Amino acid sequence: MSDSGSPLMDVFFAILRAVVIFAAVLQVVPALVYFERRLAAWIQDRIGPNQVGPVGLLQPLADVIKLAFKEDLTPEGVDKWIYRLGPALVYAPAILAFTVIPVGMDLQVASFDVGVIFLLTIGSFSVYGLAFGGWASNNKYSLLGGLRASAQMISYEVALGLSVIAILMTAETVDLNSIIRQQWAAGTLGLLQWNIFQQPLAAGIFLVAAFAETNRLPFDLAECEAELVGGFHTEYTGLKFAMFFMGEYVAMITMSALMVTMFLGGWSLPWVEIPTTPGVGDIALSIGIFMSKLIVLLFFYIWVRWTLPRFRYDQLMGIGWKVFIPLSLLNLGLTALSGVLGWNWLIPLPW
Amino acid sequence: MANHEETPEEKPETATTEPREKATFGMPLIKGLANTLSHILRNEPNTIHYPAEKRTPFPGYRGEHRLKRDELGREKCVACFLCSTACPAHCIEIVAEEAPWGDREKRPRLFNIDMMRCIYCGMCEEACPCDAIELTPVYNIPSRSRGEKIYNKEKLLSL
Repeated sequence: MSDSGSPLMDVFFAILRAVVIFAAVLQVVPALVYFERRLAAWIQDRIGPNQVGPVGLLQPLADVIKLAFKEDLTPEGVDKWIYRLGPALVYAPAILAFTVIPVGMDLQVASFDVGVIFLLTIGSFSVYGLAFGGWASNNKYSLLGGLRASAQMISYEVALGLSVIAILMTAETVDLNSIIRQQWAAGTLGLLQWNIFQQPLAAGIFLVAAFAETNRLPFDLAECEAELVGGFHTEYTGLKFAMFFMGEYVAMITMSALMVTMFLGGWSLPWVEIPTTPGVGDIALSIGIFMSKLIVLLFFYIWVRWTLPRFRYDQLMGIGWKVFIPLSLLNLGLTALSGVLGWNWLIPLPW
Repeated sequence: MANHEETPEEKPETATTEPREKATFGMPLIKGLANTLSHILRNEPNTIHYPAEKRTPFPGYRGEHRLKRDELGREKCVACFLCSTACPAHCIEIVAEEAPWGDREKRPRLFNIDMMRCIYCGMCEEACPCDAIELTPVYNIPSRSRGEKIYNKEKLLSL
């Protein structure tokens, strides 16, 4: 896709990719919100939004219009600049982190050499948004929410990073496309080449840490309605609130996409050969594969959210520091050891 | 003397809950997920599609009031004030006048119920010695103004 000859065309294609992929991710958000509300309703033996449009599909649109026309309140005594910066700092990193995710065969907004590290770095910026939002709101509940969010995200980032490092050690690269290619092997047994089977411990830790990083239940301590009246976004209305909301969902999509890429083979399937010179059909197929995996994972996110109750704050911190970080360190050590000894970690494969 | 060995330890046959030290995250997590998944797959909502589909109230449901008439078409109410005395919300306003009929002394000239104040407890119905006031099972009684929510005698009799 990138080597089309003239540099002007390269720039054009880069912008095109950025616009199309970012816009597509943003379009997934309303769909995801609708999907979540319907699934939540089904889990609770309700029906969910079904009035606006066919089977309620236009509900997210109605919500967006409602949010856009709401009064944009700025409470008294807030630190105005930080207050305004908060939502942007949640939203922008979430979408920026998507830059390096390959949504199809070698198809990403920008391909850096640092790949995953860029994603983790940018993704962790959103903690500033949450902390700023909580701090600037001049509200004790918001402040508590912001503090909890920052403490939680910093704690779980360690486990998340360590589980990713284990993958990077076996892959010996940080380029996500290469990581995906390494997870590919022909035949149904090729499934075992996926990192989720190669590194099950890392996959589990990553999954849980991703829940914590995106502030989703059972780790949504930062915005628990019952205790904190909404947490860090209590004082936000209209589109500022919408940006927090979208940031949360985009972060969820990005984390799921990273999980798909790192552990579930990304855009590849063992039954589909990876051609060296991909045509349009191959790329479309790879996008489809990526999307299906992403949808399965997002379903899992929603499913877990409406099943599990919220952790207590000390439990959250206890699990983070006493279970997940030691476990991920152990996993890292074992991976390093197996690398030194030269055998395939956990499942010795014939190839 | 006291034979401590023979007294059996109080131990319930089956523990109703898992002991705290044995509680784990694993199985309950999977059980919970399986439960919610089964609800998704079953998809049997309990919802009543309200405006399209109306629920029939249970017997004894206390909704909108009405005043009854006797077999001659006169209101049964004798303006005894027992209902307005019994009313905990003080929402019944009665002004009595002399009844033109020989079998009773009074009848209500005014009989207003402020439906916005009424708590639908049914005490008026219980207090009434003449079985003149009644709570019907009508529950969808919206109106466009507060004034409309003050029901007068004619309105109550016509229900």
